[in-house]
Amino acid sequence: MINVSQLSKQYNGTTVLNISDLYIPSGESFGLVGNNGAGKTTFFSLLLDLIEPTSGHILNKSVQVNTSEAWKPHTAAFLDESFLIGYLTAEEYFYFIGDLRKQNKADVDALLSKHEEFFNGEILNSKKYLRDLSKGNMKKVGIIATLIGKPEVIILDEPFANLDPTTVNRLKKIIKELADDPNVTILVSSHDLAHTVEVCNRIVALQKGQIVKDIQTSPETLKELEEFFAV
Amino acid sequence: MFKHFFMLETKAFFRSSALGANLAIKIILGIVATFYAFMFCMLGFAMYPILKEQGLNPLEVVNKYLIFYMVFDLTIRYFMQKMPVMNIKPLLILNVKRNTVVHFAIGKSVISFFNAIHLFWLIPFTVALLINGHSPINVLMWHFSIAAILLADNFINLLINNKDAVFYPVVGIVLAAALCWYYDWYDVTVYTQMVFSAFYETPIGVIFALVFLALLYWFVFKYYRNRLYLDTGLAKKNDIAKTENFGWLDQFGEMGVFLKNDIRLLKRNKRSRTTVVMSVIFIFYGLLFYTNAIEQYRAPMWQVFAGIFVSGGFLFTFGQFVPSWDSSYYPLMMSQNIKYKDYLASKWWLMVIATVISTILASFYLVFGWKIYMLIVVGAIYNIGVNSHLVLLGGAFVKTPIDLTSGKQAFGNKQAFNVRTLLITVPKLLVPMLLYALGFYTYSAELGFILVAGAGLAGFAFRNKMFTVIERIYRTEKYKTIAAYKGT
Repeated sequence: MINVSQLSKQYNGTTVLNISDLYIPSGESFGLVGNNGAGKTTFFSLLLDLIEPTSGHILNKSVQVNTSEAWKPHTAAFLDESFLIGYLTAEEYFYFIGDLRKQNKADVDALLSKHEEFFNGEILNSKKYLRDLSKGNMKKVGIIATLIGKPEVIILDEPFANLDPTTVNRLKKIIKELADDPNVTILVSSHDLAHTVEVCNRIVALQKGQIVKDIQTSPETLKELEEFFAV
Repeated sequence: MFKHFFMLETKAFFRSSALGANLAIKIILGIVATFYAFMFCMLGFAMYPILKEQGLNPLEVVNKYLIFYMVFDLTIRYFMQKMPVMNIKPLLILNVKRNTVVHFAIGKSVISFFNAIHLFWLIPFTVALLINGHSPINVLMWHFSIAAILLADNFINLLINNKDAVFYPVVGIVLAAALCWYYDWYDVTVYTQMVFSAFYETPIGVIFALVFLALLYWFVFKYYRNRLYLDTGLAKKNDIAKTENFGWLDQFGEMGVFLKNDIRLLKRNKRSRTTVVMSVIFIFYGLLFYTNAIEQYRAPMWQVFAGIFVSGGFLFTFGQFVPSWDSSYYPLMMSQNIKYKDYLASKWWLMVIATVISTILASFYLVFGWKIYMLIVVGAIYNIGVNSHLVLLGGAFVKTPIDLTSGKQAFGNKQAFNVRTLLITVPKLLVPMLLYALGFYTYSAELGFILVAGAGLAGFAFRNKMFTVIERIYRTEKYKTIAAYKGT
């Protein structure tokens, strides 16, 4: 589904990301772990063509992302708050994304009611604009919005951060469901090794922009990763 | 302690993105500030001899109108002066006394262009009074009293900031008083003049002025000190949100999706609401020209100039910042399946609708004759046909993020000095002016109308071509734009 070759990104001569070869097959749930500055967000930004690669390219369903925009219809992402429109209510935002993804109101409503529990009653009909929601609630809105229109590729940057323990468990359930769907490729980055291991069937660890581990999840994976990141 | 604060402030100043961005802007702002200071200075010196020549007592005249000056000053401050408290959050939990923090924040507001500017006329005027043989003690005490009262404006502004319920009634009362004065119904200045003159006649009165100032400072201090909590004085105001679906816009298809959002954008953000207010003010801009109030503005070229602005206020103030309006969520827009053409078309229609509404609202210009209104109508046609595309083109080069929640940015915005945007301004205004002049002088005003309107209609033909060009700019500048918008 996603094919990365000779990809690198430099800022003022400093290489922040360098991936010579990476293939993510369709249906995989792909976890990206690493310390701050390892290049996780840079990689996702390149995947979404928000920054320009210094060299190399990424193919998303055989579409080269920095030359064509044909990857957009089947890809959804939530990286940070700049993916939310602050002056809209949650409902308006969902319908807006729905409109862009050719979903009618009923489709969106169906999805929202499915995830009502996830919102915990704090988001829909809350009489608040998104800019006035707490960080955690913003994140919930952003994550659910990526599910609108059944995208084939879903990219979530740090989805577990800022969420309360109950919501983290609910989110894990959602991600696992998506992971089980052979038509959905999901990419998740996190600092939390345990969460990532639990929901992903493949883990890649980045360090200073390089891939240092690439493992299929097994019962030993968490231990292996913890040893790797141990001080 | 103040040493640390001072260091923080100088760093905040020199490292602010506005200052670091562009040397040209710094120079232009510097020139503007110097210009105003110079003009006020000249005013201070010239006031005395000019009023004297008219057979008036300069000091009395100044005292008479000082009340209007003060309220005008307060109005300017209300809209433009920034409040000093927002960046003190990080200091709250540090080992700094809260009183010190508040004193510093209030003290900081004293060092401001808005306070200094008054001295530029007050000092020369005082000097003029002294030279012309007024009693030094009386003049100096009057000087200090007035300076104290003008500084008090600064503290009053701190107290009433963001309290529209206080501000608008005060301004309303003073406006009413000004009207009464103008029509000779009731002269309030007789009484205010007495107050201000008293500071001259009884020099000891300066004590009252200083006590007044001190009391105000104390009030402001108490006010901020008691509200130095995250959920009171430092709290962000939350609006009560209501979901609006604008279902009737669905008939516009893809474009309607964006149109809905743009209407919400205009309604719900301070910064964009300012544009709507500005465009209403622009409607009345023509009065300067068409009432023949100013001699030079009677030339036909200037009349078209006004015609363009009357209907184009929204078009200019909104259009030149497309796509910056969407800067805070630009990464979303760039990763969604969005056709630039629909996006642009939505903004374009918004400008067209606003131009048409402005033109209809401006129909009161018919009282100046149909030719005057005709100027506005052909101006509107030119705006829709040509200028709407040009502002979008200019906006494509603007890469300054807009903070939607702050209204104060609307004035003195540095984007106004973008060179490429400035270049695009030429055809926006100069071309219709020249076209009209051409028709007017070679044949008649009617030919001028036809030429300007014709150019506008011709502009329509290039709409799609223009959209394609803008789209290409959006594409080539994409990464730079995203990076620039991130810089907030």
